[in-house]
Amino acid sequence: MAPGPSAPGPSPGTVSVTVAWLRHVAVTIHERRAWLTDLDAAIGDGDHGINLDRGFAAVAADLESGILATDSVGPLLTAAGRRLLGLVGGASGALYGRALMAAGNRIAANSTAGPTGTRRLAEDALAAAIDGIAALGHAAPGDKTMLDALVPALVALRAAPPDELIEFALAGAAEAAEAGAAATIPLVARKGRASYLGERSAGHLDPGAASSAIMVRCLADVVAAAGGAGASLPETRATR
Amino acid sequence: MVGLVLVAHSEDLVRGLAAMIGQAAPAVPVAGAGGLGGGRLGTNGLAVAGALRRVLAAAAGDGVLVLLDLGSASLALDVALDELDPAARGLVRVTEAPFVEGAVLAAVASSGGADLGAVAAAAERAGTMPKLPRD
Repeated sequence: MAPGPSAPGPSPGTVSVTVAWLRHVAVTIHERRAWLTDLDAAIGDGDHGINLDRGFAAVAADLESGILATDSVGPLLTAAGRRLLGLVGGASGALYGRALMAAGNRIAANSTAGPTGTRRLAEDALAAAIDGIAALGHAAPGDKTMLDALVPALVALRAAPPDELIEFALAGAAEAAEAGAAATIPLVARKGRASYLGERSAGHLDPGAASSAIMVRCLADVVAAAGGAGASLPETRATR
Repeated sequence: MVGLVLVAHSEDLVRGLAAMIGQAAPAVPVAGAGGLGGGRLGTNGLAVAGALRRVLAAAAGDGVLVLLDLGSASLALDVALDELDPAARGLVRVTEAPFVEGAVLAAVASSGGADLGAVAAAAERAGTMPKLPRD
């Protein structure tokens, strides 16, 4: 059943990491939904935590019920993104939906090239997600958006030495994402609802950057829990 | 006849504006995508795609003008356009016009037989139309 080492595409271990990541994001966003919503209430429309919680809970429920295909990473991420797109609504649904779909599509396109490890997969997924968000949101780093967490995470991941253990490389990416999110506090928003506030948006952490940093941290956590390279994960994190 | 698609964060807002358009130009095909269901505010790209498909069908090749309220409405429209095939996408035009005034002026122009370009131009005139008496 398990493909040999020369089989193309992501290894079975990376599928279980992806499933675990989606579940862990659902649990973590649920735990932090009030905080995210408070951040959004300060400079946006006050529904970021509630909307994301609703969307990722639906993704987790689809994983549970088997509606989402779980035999390869690309189609899984694309389907999860589509679910967010249809359910979350608002900017966050469109942007995270598009991000996951872009990540899934790029992984699926690359998967014919040869075996793909977790490190390469994470870089490809993050790069595609950033491209998807930047294209849809017409945003760039410094605009006080999700990109201010995700771009530093990708830079850190690419800068990690090639022989560094994946869990350490991802922990570095998560730290960079959190630092990037924190660095949005003094910025004046140039995109999204917060941009309607102008200077008044300064002094607040951007909720999209905050949720993006959570998602990168969740990836670092599940890969560390899997023992790095994507061994099968203990399914201890219930989805609620 | 050119149709209109109204994209907004609130279902009530869309329904109210559609009713105002219906008074001014009852024959014009109009569909709205507003809110996330259950009274929740927000925009949904897949709902916008559904509205576009319905109005494109009713407009029978004459095209559709899209009006947006604010913020993520334009993101939802981008998502929706990705859902359409290129031929359908070519029949969709979006305007920067103010949501209420633009929609009413566009509907009146469409009901008078204007083509898509002229309907869009009518909507854009709403941006400079005075609301208060000028004397």
